[in-house]
This record gives sequence, C-alpha cells and structure tokens, in this order.
Amino acid sequence: MADFAQSKIRNFCIIAHIDHGKSTLADRIIEKTGLLTQREMQEQVLDNMDLERERGITIKSQAVRTIYKAKDGEEYMFNLIDTPGHVDFNYEVSRSLAACDGAVLVVDAAQGIEAQTLANVYLALDHDLDVVPVINKIDLPSAEPQRVIDEIEDVIGLEAQDAPQISAKNGINIEDVLEAIVEKIPAPGGDPEAPLQALIFDSVYDSYRGVIVFCRLMEGSIRKGMPVQMMATGASFDVVEVGYFGAGQFIPCEELTAGMVGYFTASIKNVRDTRVGDTVTEKNRPCEKPLPGYKKVQPMVYCGMYPADGAKYPDLRDALEKLQLNDAALQYEPETSAALGFGFRCGFLGLLHLEIIQERLEREYSLDLVTTAPSVIYKVHCTNGTVMDLTNPSNMPDPTEIEYMEEPIVKAEIMVTTEFIGAIMDLCQERRGNYQGMEYMEDTRALLRYELPLNEIIYDFFDALKSRSRGYASFDYEMAGYMRSPLVKLDILVNKEEVDALSFIVFEGTAYERGRKMCEKLKEEIPRQLFEIPIQAAIGNRIIARETVKAMRKDVLAKCYGGDITRKRKLLEKQKEGKKRMRQVGSVEIPQRAFMSVLKLDSE
Amino acid sequence: MEKRDLGIYIHIPFCVKKCDYCDFPSAARTPQEMAWYMRNLMKEIRSYEALGSLYRVDTIFFGGGTPSILPPIQIMRVLMQLREEFEVAEDAEITIECNPGTLTRENLLSYRDLGINRLSLGVQSANDAELKLLERIHSWQEVPDNVRLARKLGFKNINLDVMSGLPHQSVKSYRDTLQRIVELRPEHISSYSLILEEGTPFYDRYRTGEGQKVLPGEDAEREMYYETRDFLKTHGYHRYEISNYSLEGRECRHNSRYWTGGEYLGVGLSAASYLDGKRFANTSDWISYGEEVRHAYQRYKAAPAQSRKDAMEEFMFLGLRMTCGIRTSEFCQRFGTDYYEVYGDVTERLEGQKLLTVQNGRVRLTDYGIDVSNRVLAEFLLEEGDV
Repeated sequence: MADFAQSKIRNFCIIAHIDHGKSTLADRIIEKTGLLTQREMQEQVLDNMDLERERGITIKSQAVRTIYKAKDGEEYMFNLIDTPGHVDFNYEVSRSLAACDGAVLVVDAAQGIEAQTLANVYLALDHDLDVVPVINKIDLPSAEPQRVIDEIEDVIGLEAQDAPQISAKNGINIEDVLEAIVEKIPAPGGDPEAPLQALIFDSVYDSYRGVIVFCRLMEGSIRKGMPVQMMATGASFDVVEVGYFGAGQFIPCEELTAGMVGYFTASIKNVRDTRVGDTVTEKNRPCEKPLPGYKKVQPMVYCGMYPADGAKYPDLRDALEKLQLNDAALQYEPETSAALGFGFRCGFLGLLHLEIIQERLEREYSLDLVTTAPSVIYKVHCTNGTVMDLTNPSNMPDPTEIEYMEEPIVKAEIMVTTEFIGAIMDLCQERRGNYQGMEYMEDTRALLRYELPLNEIIYDFFDALKSRSRGYASFDYEMAGYMRSPLVKLDILVNKEEVDALSFIVFEGTAYERGRKMCEKLKEEIPRQLFEIPIQAAIGNRIIARETVKAMRKDVLAKCYGGDITRKRKLLEKQKEGKKRMRQVGSVEIPQRAFMSVLKLDSE
Repeated sequence: MEKRDLGIYIHIPFCVKKCDYCDFPSAARTPQEMAWYMRNLMKEIRSYEALGSLYRVDTIFFGGGTPSILPPIQIMRVLMQLREEFEVAEDAEITIECNPGTLTRENLLSYRDLGINRLSLGVQSANDAELKLLERIHSWQEVPDNVRLARKLGFKNINLDVMSGLPHQSVKSYRDTLQRIVELRPEHISSYSLILEEGTPFYDRYRTGEGQKVLPGEDAEREMYYETRDFLKTHGYHRYEISNYSLEGRECRHNSRYWTGGEYLGVGLSAASYLDGKRFANTSDWISYGEEVRHAYQRYKAAPAQSRKDAMEEFMFLGLRMTCGIRTSEFCQRFGTDYYEVYGDVTERLEGQKLLTVQNGRVRLTDYGIDVSNRVLAEFLLEEGDV
C-alpha cells in the first residue's frame, strides 16, 4: 500500500438508532470505495457473527480500511470503525469513538431522532468528534427529510441543511456521504517520529496468532519486532505482525504510523493483558502518559447459568472461557445451587448482553442451559458496618444482620409521541420511576426523563414500553448510582423445600404481587406428580402466597392390542425423556423452563 | 425335541362401520376386498409352514375389527390352514371377537363346530344412549339375547368388554352397566377407560373446549375405576391384569402371553409377533400387505434379535401389568443375572413410594401403582450400557 499523507486519512464511525440503517450504509461505503467487488460483497460485511446478522445489531466493534478516490482527484484512506448501537454496549461505543476523528450520524427520514440517536450523538460530542448528519431512507413513502433536518438542528443543534439525503438500501446519493466525509471530518494529527502512543479499542482471540489487538495510533509508529508495553497492565511483548483491516480479513503491512487504524499481534495468550481502552507504547521509549479512556468494565446484571445436563459442566466452563477471550465484559465464577447443581454466576453489561451470551453458548457450543432470573448488584449494609455487593439472592444475609440495602438507579430518557405520554408515565410510575422532567422535541414528540431502579427495567421494560406506545417509544439509559430502598428476598418453597435457584430480591411494596404471580406461574409449569405439592412464596418465615399442584390420580395405558407393544414402549420412552428434562428438588421434579418463568411474570 | 407353545393372532380388519373412537386398522370393506384379504392371509399362514415342527399352538385369537362379520366358511378355512401347518393342542383356547348385532344362530353353531371355545363380545355399555354416542351398531337388548343363545349352544367361556369414561357417562350409569353385565355371569370381563386417540373423530370432538366438558371429570373417572375393581370383586371376579377381570381359572390365556413374554405369531394386516426372541410386525398398509405375505417367513428369519436391554425392560413393563407381578427368580433364569443387580435401586425407591410391593419373590404394583402405572413402568427402562 502506498504511503498516505496524514491529511488524506479519515477515521470515522457511523452512529444511529437501531434500524436506522447504520450497517447498510457501512456496506454501501465499502462497496462504493471499491475495496470489494460486488461478488465479494456479502450482506452487511461488518456484522461478522451470525447472531449479529440475524438480530440486525452490531455487538462487537469492527473496523475496515478502504480507499476512496474523491472528486478532487485525490485518494483518501477511510478507516470505518463500526460501533454497537445498544445501551448495553455503551462502553464499547465509547472506546470506538475514541479511535475516531468524526462520526456519521444516520437518521431515518421517517422516524426522526430517537432516544439512542441522542445518546450516541452526546457520546460522540463528548469525544470531540465532528458529527456529519445523513438523512437515510428518503425513498420511503413516509419520509419527511425536511422535518427531520429541522429536528436535527432544533434538538441537537447540528447544522443539517446540506446533509446528504440518501437511501443506503437502494444506493441513492452514497457519493454525497463520501464527499461529506472527506470535507467535514478532520484528518488525524500526531507525529510519526514521537514515542508510540496507541489506543486499544478492541481485540479478538485467534488460536494461531494469539490476541489480535485493534488500535488507533495517536503518536509515533509501530512495526514488526518492536518491543511494546501495555500501560495499564504493564505487560510487554514483541510485535510479531502489524496490519490493517480488509473486509473480514487482516492484511499485514510494514508499519502503522500516527493517525492510522490497524492491528498488531505479539503472541499474546491472554486477552486480559490487552484491556480495551489501554494505551500501547514503545517499551524502550515510552510516551509520557497514557491516553484517557481506560476504565474497567463493570457488569450490571448477574444470573446463574447451569448446564441442563450436569455432566456438561466442564464444557460450559470451557465455553465461557473462550467467550471471555473475545468479550472482556463477560464475567463468571463457579457457584453451586441445591436445585441446579454446579454452574456459574455470570455478570453482563445488560440484559441484551446476557441474551447474546446465552444464545452463543447454546448455538456455538451446543449447550443446553438453565438460566436463573437476572439480578442487579445490590449493596447490603450490614449491622456490623460492612457493605457487601450482592449478586446472588441466595447469598443475602439474614434480615436481622442488615442495616439497610441499596439498589442501582439509572437515568432514563424516553422519547415518545405525545399521545402516549400518559401511558408511558403510568408505566414508569408502576416501575417506581422518579419523574425528572419532560421536554417537547417538536409538536408531536416529547423526551421524558426518569430515574428508575435498574431491577425494574432489566426484565421486560423495553417490551412493555413498546407495547404501551404501539412501538413508538424509544429508550436509553445510563447508570446513576445507588439509592436506599426497602428490599426483601422472596423465597419459593416447593413441597416445603426452599428452591435456591428461584429466590429473588424484590421491592417490598410489590412482593405480594410478585409472590402470588410466581406461585401461579409455577403451578402451571410443574406437572402433577404422585403426591400433592404445595408451592409457596415466603419472605423469611412468613408465607405470603400459596398454590397447590394436585396429586396425579391416573396415568394408565389401557390397551396393548393384539400383542403390539411398540406404542406402549414409545409412550414409556417419551415419559422417561420428559423426566430427564426435569430437575429433582427434594422429591419433586421441576421442569427446567420453570426456572426461567420468573422472567415472564409481567408479560401476562 | 419338544415343541414350544405358541399363540396365534389373526387380524381381521373389517367392521360393519368404523367407530369414531377407534384407531385400530380396520374399516368397512366390500365382499370382494374381504375375499382378497382372506386369500392373502392364507398365503401368509402357509409361508410359516417351517414353524410347524418347532411349535405347538395352544391359543388362537381372532381379533379385529369385527371377525364375526366374516362368513363362517372363511373362519373355517383359516382354522383348517392353521391345523395343516401346526399341531393345535387338544385343549387350545380359541377366541373370536364378536359384535352384538352380528351374531346369529348359524354363526355361533359354526364357531362351536370349528372348535372355537371362547367368545369375546364388545358390549361397551348397557346404556342405549351411550351406545348411540359411541355409534355402536347394537343396542343393549341384543347382548343378553346373544349370551343366552351362546350358552344354549354350549359356549362355556365368554368375555364381555365394557368401557368407562364415556362422554355423558355418570358413575351411576356405569355402575348400572356393570350390574347388568354381572347378571349375565360371563367368565371374563375387560374394562377399559376411553382413550382419545389422535386422528380419531372422538379426539377432535372431545379433546378440548365444549366437548371436553361432557367427559366425566377426573374424580368421577377414578370412582368408576375403583368401582369396577370393588364391584366385580364382590361378584367373584378378580383382577388379574390392569384392565382384565375373570372368575377363578378363566383368565384369558392368549392375552396373558403378551404380558408374560410368551411367544406368539400374528398374521394379517399390522399384526405383531414375538417369536424366537424377535419382535416384528406386518405392514398396516393394505396394498403392500398383499405383496409382503409371500415373504413373511423370510422377513421373520431376517428380523434382528431383540437386545438384552429391550428384553429385560419388556419383561418388567409387561409383566407388571399382571396383578401377580413378576418372579425375580424367573428374571434370573431368563437373563442369567440377578434381578437386584439390574433393578435393585429402582425397586427399592418405588417400594418406598408405595408403588410396588415385594413379597415371596414376586414384585407387584400396588393399587396406587396401577393407577399411575405409566409413571412406574417408565422407571424400568434402562440406559444403554446398564446391562
């Protein structure tokens, strides 16, 4: 590759609300800049994982380098860094942004600004990025580009009158976007001769090369053989290979210099040595100080994950280990449940992250999992003055030892059309929301601000929001610390035995309601057995709800006609199979799906 | 070499009209179709000629369908063919299933003279409204008439089938049916609860919604079941299998074979066999049946022997249907391994749950074990590698 003047480099990302067309625009840019022929062009090049493509979301950040021959006759190097759109991955967004000099903001010409649009724009502005607005989907019948342009100017305060009006899907006006990138996004700075200072914005694990570190060079240069050091972890390595990103492949090159985006490998065995956000420098000639940006990722949501088949415990451990190599945000540690056996307590950035990990375990590692209800991290202030972080309800101390408890709170922004304001306010009220204010975006839409307990939104808040606004509300949140709350542990007793995996922590005021619903749900889920089974919800020694699964009275196969026993055998085998999918708790068999039923309490 | 005992089952897949609850391979057929089928049935019996030197037949069972709608001459041909290929024991139990409404004096006389010594009548209910709902072709009154006539002609072994759990049936109407049945003093009574089989009109009609509401509730259904046991007991009928009752010594020998691991050969459409440690069955497809009969014997020879695991499981889940249970010593004899080596844990657990009893070397289901027998029997299925 020819040497590129720094002035011809553009490092940027695309930000958008989900479904506004971010990945499609990325595809068009890659296609138009001629990195790929049409034949090589697979739908949505940047979304590598099957799961991403299916869900239409971007989970991990990815990057690609393309060359664009602009109208001024010059060739420009584009480094497009893809960012996840979902709030669960805010931290990943943030570090990707740190590697860019500008951002293309995609807004749907029909839908206008949404909650995620705002959240991402603010993040970009926080990183001092120049934001280039683009109006997408202009060929939709419901498109109102001018209204959206005005909205961008009014709400965000970005100049948008000459924003490209495009259809990424149908390839309309893509050139305008490319020209806008050349004109409006600044070239990077930095001195190629200065000591190396590079930001790690992602990494992947490759079983042959070890960790592949994605980085943006701020100062200096990096080349094969150079001894480098990670400034936060202190680990040092000799660089084995440097290169840049083709579409879906790594292309080695001689060196990377200040302003460029690329990767290096250094026989790094452990992803934890290369924390995202850390600064890489030259070992023998270190830069003065690390780049800002390194922050340890803290999981927000925890749940227990158990193999459906107890014998698969080692497989689950191996799978989690492998996933963690590519996903430093995933945390896990072994735990044991009386009901579910050996498993792991896993920490996630949010519920979507949890679901994605769960799906990857099931899909990529063929594991059948039982997942317990997700829990946030509660702070338990004990009477002896200590404070414990509680991630597993089973570990909650005896109430007499608890002085008080705190739960995590988020600041939520909900964008909604005015007709649904009432319904959404009701919802937030039910979820113990604390109203913070409201702003009208334009005549028909408003931005509601609430403080909400995180545990009220981790289950199904998003679904409830969508259903109460007929899909029109959008939602974003950020952590806002802890708040003292009256919380209790709700235990479930099946046949008088406490089932640890079903315990959960709940706001005292809704404990009765939750307990009752939980018992009803379990009554549906637990099949009749040879004896009557009481299902009870309890707070401490106090029983607050009860249902009964009646004893099975009859299960007889009458006939075995003409000596044909095959049907009989099949029936018994089916019965035996069914039993295998049950968990034995005391003398009661509980189907695995019952452990997840707590998740669905509110949907009915 | 001494000949082994063999039961023969002959499937007659014809009926006057298919009942809406029935999922057996049976249908109304034209006389030509019946004649075509019977010719093939003969061919099939002939193909087993080589077995004649190994087995002596001591039970024969004509089942269906409704075998009694066949002209007696067809029954005669089958029996003659069987006697040609096999030695049939002097005291063989020979049963034919009949429907009240198809039995005539001529039929009964012919059966008697052909050596048929046991009649099995599908009575189902003594309540005409219930019979109508089942779309049976007979009314109750024909039953005592048929039984009286059969007695007069010398039949000393009669079974009457009844059903419980019918739509709109009450405990009272069921008790009434039992009462009328025992008044006829049959030697044997089978009582089955109605099972809604997928693919039958009854399934669609009563499985869900309004239809479901006219079926007896669980409590009523159980009461009928206990009623059967207790009521029949006071009238001298003992339960020897989950659904079968008889006077002392009048247990059905042919059906008992199925539960006790005895050998039997099934001929006719979809008929199942257990012979020489092999389980195999005929096609249930009418057309292919005609093509397969000629090779019936070769197919039997080529069939794979049952695995030891399957054999053990069956010994248990079939044997436990008999109220006398299984003998642990017989298990040992058959499989050359101690019963408790294989099933010790299961037995102990189920005994603890009062689902099984072990007494005098026999393992039996308790009354409650019978109620939930599917649960109990499923416990006797083994894992690969257990044996």
